Amino acid sequence: MMKSMASRNGWLFVLLALGIFLWTASGAMAEGVLKIGVGGAHSGDLASYGLPIVKAAKLVVEDVNAKGGILGKKVELVIEDDVCKPEVATNTATKLASEGVPIVIGHVCSGATKAALGIYKASKIIAISASATNPELTQSGEYPNFFRTIASDDAQARLEVDFAIDKLHLKKIAVLHDKGDYGKGLAEYAKTFIEKSGKAQVVLFEGITPGAVDYSAVVQKIKRSQADGVIFGGYHPEASKIVSQMRKDKMKTAFISDDGVKDDTFIKVAGKYAEGVYATGPKDTTKNPMDKMVREAYKKAYGEDVGVFSINGYAATQAALNAIQKAGSTDYNAIIDALHNDWVETPLGKIKFDAKGDAIGVGFSVYEVKNGKYVEIAN
Amino acid sequence: MEYFLELFLGGLTRGSIYALIALGYTMVYGIIELINFAHGEIYMIGAFTGLIVATILSAYGFGTFSVLILTIILAAIYSAAYGFTVEKIAYKPLRQAPRLSPLISAIGMSIFLQNYVMLAQTSDFVPFPALIPDFDFWEPYSHILRSSELVILSSTASLMIALTLFIRYTRIGKAMRATAQDRTMAMLVGINVNRVISSTFIIGSSLAAVGGVLIASHIGQINFFIGFIAGIKAFTAAVLGGIGSIPGAVLGSMVLGLTESFATGYVSSDYEDVFAFLLLVLILIFRPGGLLGRFTTQKV
Repeated sequence: MMKSMASRNGWLFVLLALGIFLWTASGAMAEGVLKIGVGGAHSGDLASYGLPIVKAAKLVVEDVNAKGGILGKKVELVIEDDVCKPEVATNTATKLASEGVPIVIGHVCSGATKAALGIYKASKIIAISASATNPELTQSGEYPNFFRTIASDDAQARLEVDFAIDKLHLKKIAVLHDKGDYGKGLAEYAKTFIEKSGKAQVVLFEGITPGAVDYSAVVQKIKRSQADGVIFGGYHPEASKIVSQMRKDKMKTAFISDDGVKDDTFIKVAGKYAEGVYATGPKDTTKNPMDKMVREAYKKAYGEDVGVFSINGYAATQAALNAIQKAGSTDYNAIIDALHNDWVETPLGKIKFDAKGDAIGVGFSVYEVKNGKYVEIAN
Repeated sequence: MEYFLELFLGGLTRGSIYALIALGYTMVYGIIELINFAHGEIYMIGAFTGLIVATILSAYGFGTFSVLILTIILAAIYSAAYGFTVEKIAYKPLRQAPRLSPLISAIGMSIFLQNYVMLAQTSDFVPFPALIPDFDFWEPYSHILRSSELVILSSTASLMIALTLFIRYTRIGKAMRATAQDRTMAMLVGINVNRVISSTFIIGSSLAAVGGVLIASHIGQINFFIGFIAGIKAFTAAVLGGIGSIPGAVLGSMVLGLTESFATGYVSSDYEDVFAFLLLVLILIFRPGGLLGRFTTQKV
């Protein structure tokens, strides 16, 4: 029994080795193929973020190949898993670099992306992420080879602050958060932006306790600070409690929050007190005909609805292939120039990338609750 | 001064809710020395029952006042049935078991009830109708006093008085005090101890349900998890006041509610829980039995 197991495993191993050899050999032999890398979480508990991006990228590639490919070559995807772990991502990046890809679509998580970027930079490979939102990735200026088709976390805080100061003309703003990573991060950006603007001041900056029995003391504090607006970083259960208590106290103070609050449950729970609340959320692209087309094609190809970042992944792949086409080669500098300078028509709208690598034309809008619905009012 | 009063009233309101729940902990502990960790869930079930009853009654066109009263009464009865059943299923069979067994059974019951409500209702937050209408007070007080706070404070106060009278003057109240003093002795003089324990659970559960309905109406939303944090805070308040003591539970709750409110108001809401539990540690160091508790060595 032991022996037969061992020999069977031996055979399997030989077959596997042969398979890998054949597969790499076929890749190396096939001239006239343009390889594009895809890196991200394709297994593990974050696979639901990574796989929809791979599927979207495949749709773009099939489409391009059907039209004759790029620079006379068929496009081929090299898909590698990083499980969203930085230590795995360095291996993934090395593997993709050894495949000789000029561009990688990815990675998915900010931590893994950062780990991979160092290797890509050394190998002169460009990375376009559909989902890594950490502001540092573009703003540190360390990675000229990094681009993304999603707005960064601070963009949302920036929009909230600009809206509060320029549109609502608020002078005294109370910034609250729920002490969580997301909410607190956003609140800290908002605070910095308000202080830098010089046009308004932060009169209160505090973390509330999620799940507390009531927030009357916090609400009294907001009232005493004489704030004319509240910016809240966090999710809807806390937001609806605070807003309701403020409105019951007859406070007309403006309430501005984030996409953790731009949720229909918020309106359902806060009821009439939700009216007039502002929240930022991803721009509504569902009216874009291309967005509609991608959603339908995705459903047809995979029998399921698009995932969270599918549309962003589709746009990233389009931007990558378009840049190679415009550059006329896989030259590093030429592709980067093309990414910065050429507009691409994507489901997210017409986009190109700014000097730091963030997509222009992608971002958040401000929504206001009107008659029990979120209505897009500014962006 | 106005700010101080607002924080003071907010703290008392919060303390009242803690008190309504803490009484259940302290009474059950006083009689059978069990910490009934499923008690927070009874409060949550009270709130959910209140939501269902209030929705049905409003649909049938009952007036605001009758909806409020009927909702509280029906929620109290239904939760009392739950409290009674929990005791019969999870604690009574373990009456003679080592003290750790009913404690674990209580934790199990708590998790069971949470999941049961989550599956039967929803895991989302759901809106709760305002049962107490907002009305304005005359001018200088209009923005300090709120009608729901006033209703919560006065109903808690009257329930406390009723409970004190009940325990002092009724037969079953006397039996409860006797059982709390010495269970074996009470049994020997002919007191039906099981009935005493059941009534303790029934009273504690109905009080918690009243608290659940009142606070849900004040806040305007509930979900299946609200009993956990409220339960922990109320249990802390009961320990703070001296577990087993009824006036202690009320005092502990008020002290805890006020501490949280003033910590938020004058320091920062970041430190709400820090101050609350710092207070608990300090009191337990200097008065191990709690504010009004008797000091006895206990093993839990």
